[in-house]
Amino acid sequence: MFEAEYDVVIVGGGPAGMAAAVGAAQNGAERIALIERDDELGGILQQCIHNGFGLHRFGEELTGPQYAGRFIRQVAEYPNIEVFLDTTVLEVTPEKQVYTVNPQRGIGRFQAKAVVLAMGCRERSRGAIAIPGHRPAGVFTAGTAQRMVNREGYLPGKRVVILGSGDIGLIMARRLTLEGAEVAAVLEIMPYSNGLTRNIVQCLEDFDIPLYLSHTVTAVKGAARVTEVTCAAVDEELKPIPGTEFAIACDCLLLSVGLIPENELSRSLGIEFDRRTGGPVVDQTRQTSAAGFFAAGNVLHVHDLVDWVSAESETAGRSAARYARGLRAAAGRLVRVEAGSGVRVVVPQRIDCAAAGEYIELYCRVASPERNLTLALTAGGRTLFAQRLPLAKPSEMATLKVPKDCLGENPPEAITLVVKHADRGEEI
Amino acid sequence: MVKQQADVVIIGAGIVGTAIARELSRYSVSVIVCDQGADVASGTTKANSGILHSGIDAAPGTLKAKLNVRGFALYQKMHAELGLDIKFTGSLIAATCREEIAALEELAMRGRRNGVAGDIRILSRAELAAKEPGLSPAIPAALWVEAAGIVCPYGAAMAFARNAIRNGAAFLPDCKVQKVVSEAGRVVGLETTRGFIKCRYVVNAAGLWADDVSRSCGDDSFVIRPRKGEYILFDKSVGNLVNTVVFPTPGRVTKGILVAPTTHGNYFVGPNAQDTLDKGDLATTREGLEEIVSGARKLIPSLPLAGAITQFAGLRAVADGGDFIIRPSDKVFGLFHAAGIQSPGLTAAPAIAEMMVELLAEAGLPLTPKQCFDPVEPRPKRFRELSYQERDELIRANPLYGRIICRCEQVTEGEIVDAIREQCGARTLDGVKRRTRAGMGRCQGGFCSPRVAAILARELNMPLAAICKDGAGSALFIGKYSGNEVHEHV
Repeated sequence: MFEAEYDVVIVGGGPAGMAAAVGAAQNGAERIALIERDDELGGILQQCIHNGFGLHRFGEELTGPQYAGRFIRQVAEYPNIEVFLDTTVLEVTPEKQVYTVNPQRGIGRFQAKAVVLAMGCRERSRGAIAIPGHRPAGVFTAGTAQRMVNREGYLPGKRVVILGSGDIGLIMARRLTLEGAEVAAVLEIMPYSNGLTRNIVQCLEDFDIPLYLSHTVTAVKGAARVTEVTCAAVDEELKPIPGTEFAIACDCLLLSVGLIPENELSRSLGIEFDRRTGGPVVDQTRQTSAAGFFAAGNVLHVHDLVDWVSAESETAGRSAARYARGLRAAAGRLVRVEAGSGVRVVVPQRIDCAAAGEYIELYCRVASPERNLTLALTAGGRTLFAQRLPLAKPSEMATLKVPKDCLGENPPEAITLVVKHADRGEEI
Repeated sequence: MVKQQADVVIIGAGIVGTAIARELSRYSVSVIVCDQGADVASGTTKANSGILHSGIDAAPGTLKAKLNVRGFALYQKMHAELGLDIKFTGSLIAATCREEIAALEELAMRGRRNGVAGDIRILSRAELAAKEPGLSPAIPAALWVEAAGIVCPYGAAMAFARNAIRNGAAFLPDCKVQKVVSEAGRVVGLETTRGFIKCRYVVNAAGLWADDVSRSCGDDSFVIRPRKGEYILFDKSVGNLVNTVVFPTPGRVTKGILVAPTTHGNYFVGPNAQDTLDKGDLATTREGLEEIVSGARKLIPSLPLAGAITQFAGLRAVADGGDFIIRPSDKVFGLFHAAGIQSPGLTAAPAIAEMMVELLAEAGLPLTPKQCFDPVEPRPKRFRELSYQERDELIRANPLYGRIICRCEQVTEGEIVDAIREQCGARTLDGVKRRTRAGMGRCQGGFCSPRVAAILARELNMPLAAICKDGAGSALFIGKYSGNEVHEHV
């Protein structure tokens, strides 16, 4: 068995893990292990060959592999970051032992002082949303199809229906059209799209691909390969409306119906989870409820843009380095941050007053599309901080830069983020 | 070159056909098992409850009662011999109201008459709460039957097949029987999609198609009617849903919708019972899934629906008359039926195999025991079951065991290669899945299916675009560039 000791061990070499490694290296961690199961760093970015990455981070539009490449080069600049490729993490123990497997080294045990969880997320499958019907070949998640088209050079089908208007589904609608497949329709169960506006325009409207809002797939047909899907309109409870069914002939159904933070390894740590995000509960340093365990990127909460993943993960890497070096102060007063009315998720879910700088950044997503709204941080009926926004959609993260001072001399136990209508002032 | 002649041809490589093949492989006779599917266990055997029934509710005197009890005992022996995935969990049959308690008492008596071994007794509310904490508090009592368990059904069929092949039997996939050919009232062979197979004895274990096989030589003595059952499978992460197999008090037609663990740590609910005319109707329906959810909630109210990972349907092969049909054809000499094998057919299969061998012997098949028969089938290597030390040693011997392909179930490339290279090995994505569990976890193959397909293509020396999910026509991917397309795959 291969054994080694590290200051910081990072699980996952996608955008989160790479930025965490750089963040840790820049903040004095002496030995950093970056563990990636694939045979190259970059994670899912390597199959995202479309552009649009890095506008915020680098001020230019990059493709996924280009964005990954910038971080791969940064990682390579630090000799104290050791990259372990083709290496899968099997288990992380509460004692910060990370068990790995690799064909050449066999089983490895990495003893860490601090661990960064950066495993990313997975796609929700057909079974998770229980689409009835046959189980033929030709039903894929959009990300699996993306890998086959962009990395392997195969199509998942020739006439495709896409369920879900998440960004991967929208991107795949355009990709498949450009590759010569016909995208018959995109269906979205919600009355609004779950993708970025720019993707609706550039991936569907520019190619005349119909988007059916408030529709879903009610059955898959085909014995060996998909031959048809049955579609139907849904009511306000998202239940199919009898009589509205129609069939679309196709040989492929792609699913873009949500992403789930991949926390299987974190479950054995006994840390606290947020049911809304599907990820661990963290403070603003991205430390979980177990000291020395940090989480960042899509394993923590599903992000809209990789730029925010990088920023968050640098924070986690920096915090992990400080913890490993014994520089982190004992926890101060912990303020719970709760998602209130109109808010679907908010991260971090805790503020450690001892670790807070001048500002605390809160990422949040609203529960439904809103115009002219105010995001207000309240405690006991008082508004501590408010920020006006012209528009907010569930598909796009909003960021609040909250001055620490607004928590006051004696911070409350809990603060709640709510959506208010800017012109009326009331909660929605 | 395919062997096109045998003493006995078994039609159908499900649990019954493979059990018979393994039993026959003890003797000096040549055996071919053929199946219309691409793999062993690709019909009813792949989609059923996977329960080792006690035999408590079969009517005394029926083949079902006799063979169930005998089959259960045989699995206890074969468990170690063939390295099967079995857990002897026991079962609970729950009364949903006070009136049903009388029915439970009657069942207990019937079980003893059927010769069911082990503890059989009615548990009080307090005992139930200790044994099965998730059980509905509305359940006043339940019958505890110790002699019950769970088995991986396709895993068992594959182990039977592997051991039969080890002992000389041959397997022909993609081989659909078109006609049982007879001359002067005696079987002489089979016309199949893979040519004529000469033989004097035919065992009809064709499941849903057993009546079609029988009719092909003029024996229309029974009809098989498919009865669909739907299931929902839950992720391992839903916690300890049940410890035992939990049934409702049985109804007239079926044992009812149950909640049970699987041998691999998952949980399932189902099946319902829906008669259908279509032997290919494996579609789940919204109504059916709602029915099994509401049925299961009567037993376990806190059903973790958000933890569902897949839904599927299977078809029971129901014969008119209700009991198993295990007998020689009365039209053609040399044809033997093992038909209408619905529940508890999985449990009974090894006993059906013994009975079939006796029938064949009575009909003049000379059965000399083979000295070289090896009853032991080594269990395939399973990375996830090993200690770190054992894993390390395994990887040193073969580095492919050090690469995880299916992250949810921790299946390595080494195990997948083994599954493809073994006797009657996997040739499809589902074949790999059923042998190794790659793709059976919570992401349902989203991560590993392209990787498994690539390993299949490499090992079988086939283009990736020819790799199928299951049977013919189920190719997964279409070649995009010249050089990787496939025009016709048969």
